[in-house]
Amino acid sequence: MKLSETQVKHVAKLANLPLTEEETKEYSDQLSKILDYIDQLNKVDTTGVASTYNVSEVVSVMAEDVPKDCLTQEGALQNASLKKNGFFATKGVFENE
Amino acid sequence: MSDLTSLSLLQTIDALKENKFSESELNEAYLKRIQSLNPKLNAFLEVVNQTKGIPSGIKDIICTQGIKTTAGSKILSNFIPPYDATVIKKLKSQNVNIIGKLNNDEFAMGSSGENSAYGPTKNPWNLTKVPGGSSSGSAAAVAADLCVFSLGTDTGGSIRQPASLTGVVGLKPSYGRVSRYGSIAMASSLDQIGPFTKTVADARLVLEWISGPDGYDSNVVEIASPLRGLAMTSLRGGRLRRPTRQSLKGIKIGVPKEYFGEGLDKNVEKVVRNAIDQMVKLGVEVVEISLPHTQYAVEVYYTMMFSEVSSNLARFDGIRFGNSRDHFGDETKRRIMLGTFALSSGYYEAYFTKAAKVRTLIKQDFEKAFQKCDVIVGPVSPTVAWNLGEKISDPLMMYLSDVYTIPASLAGIPGLSVPCGFVDGLPVGLQILGKYMDEETILNVGEVYEKSTDWYKEKPKL
Repeated sequence: MKLSETQVKHVAKLANLPLTEEETKEYSDQLSKILDYIDQLNKVDTTGVASTYNVSEVVSVMAEDVPKDCLTQEGALQNASLKKNGFFATKGVFENE
Repeated sequence: MSDLTSLSLLQTIDALKENKFSESELNEAYLKRIQSLNPKLNAFLEVVNQTKGIPSGIKDIICTQGIKTTAGSKILSNFIPPYDATVIKKLKSQNVNIIGKLNNDEFAMGSSGENSAYGPTKNPWNLTKVPGGSSSGSAAAVAADLCVFSLGTDTGGSIRQPASLTGVVGLKPSYGRVSRYGSIAMASSLDQIGPFTKTVADARLVLEWISGPDGYDSNVVEIASPLRGLAMTSLRGGRLRRPTRQSLKGIKIGVPKEYFGEGLDKNVEKVVRNAIDQMVKLGVEVVEISLPHTQYAVEVYYTMMFSEVSSNLARFDGIRFGNSRDHFGDETKRRIMLGTFALSSGYYEAYFTKAAKVRTLIKQDFEKAFQKCDVIVGPVSPTVAWNLGEKISDPLMMYLSDVYTIPASLAGIPGLSVPCGFVDGLPVGLQILGKYMDEETILNVGEVYEKSTDWYKEKPKL
């Protein structure tokens, strides 16, 4: 599977990764090579085989909705680069700011 | 006592009880050793001055309240966790303290330690060699006696492989044995926390300390937590109880032919075969087994891991903690890119779902094999430690060095690396794999084997 530079740019956008031109070129090469290797999986016949996503076979564990001790507001905010009035501050979503 | 840093965890606990030295003397001795040797090894990223408790080292991907936790990444260069991971809470309740945070490949992604944003860790046996990865510092610190024991994480071999390459004991528990709460997630269907120790008995004790459900990791359920008869080293009731097994009579070990094929270094093979011969002398019966889908394990692992990585690392937005996403290193970006692609519209079925199906076949290989044997034995790594810089420019070549550890990770079964000899002055580890949730048998087999050899007593000259 060959990943073109256009595809690399598209994937980088999906992943929210800023890439330089040089990186885009390099990744197109490296990622194609790795995908070629992974493509060997197509040699395995998996007709009728179920998927294993998690070996513990635990599905959707439910918990009672009861209040418990949790991080304090200060604790939750202590690593934020920008904060305002006790909240995380971030770029606007709807305006171009 | 001049050599108190060479004592095992059990010996240290005994010596403290017998007042041979104090906790503050113990910590002082380790701090002094770190001060003199860490500049050479770069195993510790952060050292904590303290005088109380048993000094342990913690992989820098596990959150420690008030102690900087970087995951080996520039994106978390200033991250100070506001809480302790469950394993840290559990250790602290056993009078264990954190003497420092240990270097690792960025977000646990790498097989050599060289992907850390804070420089590579060196192998204590030869400073021009890699210590393995991703738990590079955790392995090197125990090998160099810079802490009594350490914790690491293993997603595709990141405990067993560096343990093998540095000549210490490393245990990856079964998936669901130990809560990952507070461990920075890499690939959630594979990640496990486990110990690096100086002896197998020490690994048993640390496993006992850190196991069990906490309500924060749904994969760890009550039924998985009691270690059947594993608590032989319980601290309660005074003296430590030791396992009584002396021989391996009645144990069947499976030797998979796929783990001894092309790619395995001839000298490593010889050392591993000698270890199997030694086990035969101890009474085991050897059964030849086959794990036919081994050849696809690397492809399955990387496809699923990349995908889970891209999803887990989406949380690093630079808003709630950490820096902006341009601070990720090369290998991390590569994996996020591949995972994002494998999960993207039009490719999900062909990559992620296909890999999940082949994973079932790999898991079934083990289930069939374990009908014929109690444990599976083979090499951990196809080679001994390689030169720093040797594989760093070829990611695919680096991925292939995990070929013998990845299958067990995919199947969720426990695996132990025990020192079993040397090639050209570099350590070789024996891998012992067990049935799902049967750590007891691999630890017993590992310990009887270990005690019948002197390999674990060897120390690097530093």
